[in-house]
Amino acid sequence: MAEPILEVSGLVKHYPLTRGVLFKKQIGAVKAVDGVDFTLAQGETLGIVGESGCGKSTVARLLCGLERPTAGTITFKGEDITRLSGKALKAVRRNIQMVFQDPYTSLNPRMTVGDIIGEPYDIHPEAAPKGDRRRRVQELLDVVGLDPEYINRYPHQFSGGQRQRIGIARGLALRPEIIVADEPVSALDVSIQAQVVNLLARLQTEFDLSYLFIAHDLSIVRHISDRVAVMYLGRIVETGRDSEIYDHPTHPYTQALLSAVPVPDPDAREHRERIILTGDVPSPADIPSGCRFRTRCWKAQERCVVEVPALAVPAAFRDAAGPAAHPSACHFAEEKQVVPPEESRLNGNGPG
Amino acid sequence: MPEQQPYEAGRAIAGTGMGGAMDLAASEATTLERTPGGPEGTGPAGKPRSLWSDAWRDLRRDPVFLVSALVILFLVFISVRPSAIASGNPLTCDLARAQDGSAPGHPFGYDGQGCDVYTRTVYGARTSVTVGVLATLGVSVFGSVLGGLAGYFGGLWDAVLSRITDIFFAIPVVLGGLVLLSVVTSNTVWPVIGFMVLLGWPQISRIARGSVITAKQNDYVQAARALGASDPRILLRHIAPNAVAPVIVVATIALGTYIALEATLSYLGVGLKPPSVSWGIDISAASPYIRNAPHALLWPSGALAVTVLAFIMLGDAVRDALDPKLR
Repeated sequence: MAEPILEVSGLVKHYPLTRGVLFKKQIGAVKAVDGVDFTLAQGETLGIVGESGCGKSTVARLLCGLERPTAGTITFKGEDITRLSGKALKAVRRNIQMVFQDPYTSLNPRMTVGDIIGEPYDIHPEAAPKGDRRRRVQELLDVVGLDPEYINRYPHQFSGGQRQRIGIARGLALRPEIIVADEPVSALDVSIQAQVVNLLARLQTEFDLSYLFIAHDLSIVRHISDRVAVMYLGRIVETGRDSEIYDHPTHPYTQALLSAVPVPDPDAREHRERIILTGDVPSPADIPSGCRFRTRCWKAQERCVVEVPALAVPAAFRDAAGPAAHPSACHFAEEKQVVPPEESRLNGNGPG
Repeated sequence: MPEQQPYEAGRAIAGTGMGGAMDLAASEATTLERTPGGPEGTGPAGKPRSLWSDAWRDLRRDPVFLVSALVILFLVFISVRPSAIASGNPLTCDLARAQDGSAPGHPFGYDGQGCDVYTRTVYGARTSVTVGVLATLGVSVFGSVLGGLAGYFGGLWDAVLSRITDIFFAIPVVLGGLVLLSVVTSNTVWPVIGFMVLLGWPQISRIARGSVITAKQNDYVQAARALGASDPRILLRHIAPNAVAPVIVVATIALGTYIALEATLSYLGVGLKPPSVSWGIDISAASPYIRNAPHALLWPSGALAVTVLAFIMLGDAVRDALDPKLR
């Protein structure tokens, strides 16, 4: 594996719950992110999946410096960036850029496309000489597949997919090394999603980018990711290469998630097992003791209430070198095939 | 990569790179064909345009803006040089001609004191325009800066400022005017303007605070912050242009009320007092004689109405021009 460009360890973000207007008293905390560790290698794509409210977006905001973590470190090229401020923070920000979920609110409606994509150069004047900016903006438009002549248009004159391309061009302007994409295609039409995902894939090779790709659409994450991390209630419950997670999941939550993926082949659909989870995700302000998934898990036992499962290769697979031997935070991890194997999907009536 | 199979549609461009993506962009671009382009066009060779230069380009072609701007320019002109169109003296009155109709050289007739209504209406513009414009400016600047900063930074300042605005909202305008202005002896517009700013800013402050809070939750503000933009930059480039519209609308409406409030305070004897000349004083003085000498009431009232309308239309046109979505 290539050199890690980003290392996150013990990342925690708690939002205090307070009572009172002037004299605030803390009565609890929403544990949006509660101890997340992962690494991102140069040129790699790490997909993060999970339900709404599991802390995916908070992780993205922490990485981009939009929020300060309560605890933990984010190490970019050997330097902890969580405590930086002022000039040093601004310099690091050049290297980690974000693509937002909703292309309708992520572009300022009162700025032209040229102003939007050129703004990074106004903020970081050292990135491009002044006379050169217009040409660079047009180059970026070209790179993301838009006509460079659109430079004087306003965002509302574009479709959702085109707006997302503008957002991507803005993210690329400073030639960052890492792009954090927070659900970059969930707000788009399905027909446009593939185009944007493929654009991101092409840009990755063109600019040697590392992606942190956050989504709740499992098939899109699989398409673009090299490695996948599954989050539940502020923690990563299982992580591994995409084939390990998708074809050999060992954590019950991952298995439940995967069993909900639509299967295009009617035959396979009839034969697969749907795992229906009962109940709702517990409130992040009141996280269950021990394993946080135990309230919805069909395997939960006494041990799960008292002992927090560590994110490590489960003992059952530790000696085997197979694809099931990847970190999974479950006391009773076991392999369970929930998605029909790749071959049967290919042989069946594939997607239209 | 076998796992890429589900994306049949996307495979077409995955391999072809640039060209394929461009084709797709072109097919996506159908919505763009219909966008109206002005004569100055959206050509690539033109120099980069900003929001304000685009707004100015729109305004120059907007008849509503042109008419209201002409009226306002005219009002400003007669406020500065009333003698240019009215040769008489507004304070030279002849009781013998009280309530007389129009006569040669006195097109609007005479009021209850025998003063020339035309001269007094022309001279009265100065007070109304000064009070209206300065009070609105003061209220807008003071209110939007305080409210905008409170909304942007939040926290303790926001809480304190919100309570202060509550206190000011609790003061009745007329009663407050009677109490505060009755102790002032100066017979100029400044105490009146000061009073209006003092009581008017909480209204603008609340609106500015609300629209700043709405604007700052947008992703483009987060995007600017992720780029490392400073607070002043975010406030001026991203939040202010998107939050200013409600303030402009309310301020232009308030401008009319301030001109009317000046008249009310003058009527109550705590605003301007004769021998100052103001539409408000004239309207109050003429209203008891509306049956005998309606002209003495109608001319200053008409001037007031046209002035207020012109400012409201101007505000409307500016708001439209600042909103690219209406373009």
